[in-house]
Amino acid sequence: MSEKNQLAEELKVSVIQGDVKTRIDRWIANYPEENRKSALMPALRIVQETSNGYLTTELMDQIAEYLQVRPIEVYEVATFYSMYQHKPVGRHQICLCTNLSCMLRGSDELLEHIKHKISVTNTGEVSPDGKFSVRKVECAGACGGAPMMWIGKDYHENLTEETIDEILDGLE
Amino acid sequence: MAEVIQNECCYRTNHLENSWDIETYLANGGYEIWKKILAGDLSPAEIIDEVKTSNIRGRGGAGFPTGLKWSFMNRHAPGSKYIVCNSDESEPGTFKDRDIMRFNPHQLVEGMMIAGYVIGACAGYNYIRGEFWEPYKRFTGAIDQAREAGLLGKDILGSGWDFDLFAHLGGGAYICGEETALLESIEGKKGQPRFKPPFPASFGLFGKPTTINNTETLASIPMILAKGGKWFADLGVKNAGGTKCYAVSGHINKPGAYEVRMGTPFADLLELSGGIWKKRKLKAVIPGGSSTAVMPAEAVEGMTMDYDSIAKAGSFLGAGSVMILDETTDMVKSLERLTWFYYDESCGQCTPCREGTGWMYRVVHRIRQGKGRPEDIQLLKEVSGKIMGKVICGLGDAAAIPVESFLKHYEHEFKHYIEHGCSIFDRV
Repeated sequence: MSEKNQLAEELKVSVIQGDVKTRIDRWIANYPEENRKSALMPALRIVQETSNGYLTTELMDQIAEYLQVRPIEVYEVATFYSMYQHKPVGRHQICLCTNLSCMLRGSDELLEHIKHKISVTNTGEVSPDGKFSVRKVECAGACGGAPMMWIGKDYHENLTEETIDEILDGLE
Repeated sequence: MAEVIQNECCYRTNHLENSWDIETYLANGGYEIWKKILAGDLSPAEIIDEVKTSNIRGRGGAGFPTGLKWSFMNRHAPGSKYIVCNSDESEPGTFKDRDIMRFNPHQLVEGMMIAGYVIGACAGYNYIRGEFWEPYKRFTGAIDQAREAGLLGKDILGSGWDFDLFAHLGGGAYICGEETALLESIEGKKGQPRFKPPFPASFGLFGKPTTINNTETLASIPMILAKGGKWFADLGVKNAGGTKCYAVSGHINKPGAYEVRMGTPFADLLELSGGIWKKRKLKAVIPGGSSTAVMPAEAVEGMTMDYDSIAKAGSFLGAGSVMILDETTDMVKSLERLTWFYYDESCGQCTPCREGTGWMYRVVHRIRQGKGRPEDIQLLKEVSGKIMGKVICGLGDAAAIPVESFLKHYEHEFKHYIEHGCSIFDRV
């Protein structure tokens, strides 16, 4: 567990305050008043983004409390959708598409290259410097630029080993 | 190749600088239909008639006539009603709606407004897959500009009508492209499809009457009304009007999304996308996304890109997601990847799909590892047959169709793996 998450847990301080709270509130306002639960998915995403890229039970409980839903309702959504993470990830999580259109253009070989490049043996592992982790993802709707990967909010298309090196080297 | 006419509807402004900006859209006839509606010059009945005339069929994959779908809604029914746009775009091979949202988001916004008006909606939601951050920013940017211009919100241009639009971001789940799973997801739940009936037209989003259309369908509406339903119908073929955005990917020189007329010859689309790469031969085509039956090269000869011609040739137009496989493709490996996808994405609600997709993956996987058994081919056929038509949504069929069609056309490749422990390309 990261220091920040640990601290929040010890102090039982809700992460839903300040900017995080403002952003979640903006989503709540997009739905009818009695459907506050609709903001659950955006809330999970925002909290994950601002809490080292993954969700802990404590964080999910805080979201449940804030949206006035039962914790189980948050857990089942957070474990259903593939974009929510429940284990530590690298500072940059490389999401490489390996579905058919990308596979036909070499994504399997690129996965091996990435693992070697960031010094991990398996997908889901965090690189020794904590900077990267890689996971195989399903079709991301950019097959015109296959093979592709997404990192955070950015798509990277028409990948080669060289462009992957450039992109990864360019990240802080 | 005769000249193939491109970009007449959804992608018509994509070549322009800042095509996503409201200024560009307004300069190209944007929001004129919307203003006409607000001025009282175009009634809901007239719009539905025009949409019916246009012969547009739902672009999400099912191909249901849009005008007919809209006529199911009673716009005078009391209480809230919603228009929902399906921009989940998760079927492997599909990436046409992404370019509408990135480059022509205002036409989608106007299409959603018009549809909302026709069905008497109080608001609309565009469900955009969670990975699509750039399209999401472009779409919400367009909403903000439209609101600023007074085209959206309360008492729009003094018409006394309130209507607003929002985006909802998904979280990475193919199943949310199924319309009732999508509604569950907007409600903040797991994306598990609902049992139907009741249909969304009577019990939809938040339990209210709802119409759900695909991005490309809604983005086509402003042009249908501007140029007339007949214009749109004439672009296409007898059984389906209009242009169609095709996403072409795989072993070709210029993969990409191409908007051409419905009924364009497959050969022309292939040439438009640069032809098969590396001077190789065509082996197979998956014409409408991973859920549509694979077709051997011989089957696509003379085929045109429309519902009837593709059905006659043995597959389905689907979402128009054309995957091209060249002569070096290992069909067992390809099917292994697709069976994993459906196994990974099954929502887990219906037993035949939850268990069957895992079975199919494990059997294809062991064949590919060289550990297949002679009875495995029959086993695959039986398992896929026990999913097809026995679950509450389309994902089960979608998972079974690739297995059935790959075995139908390429059974010898599976047998080779079983008998020799390797692919047909490996020396024995």
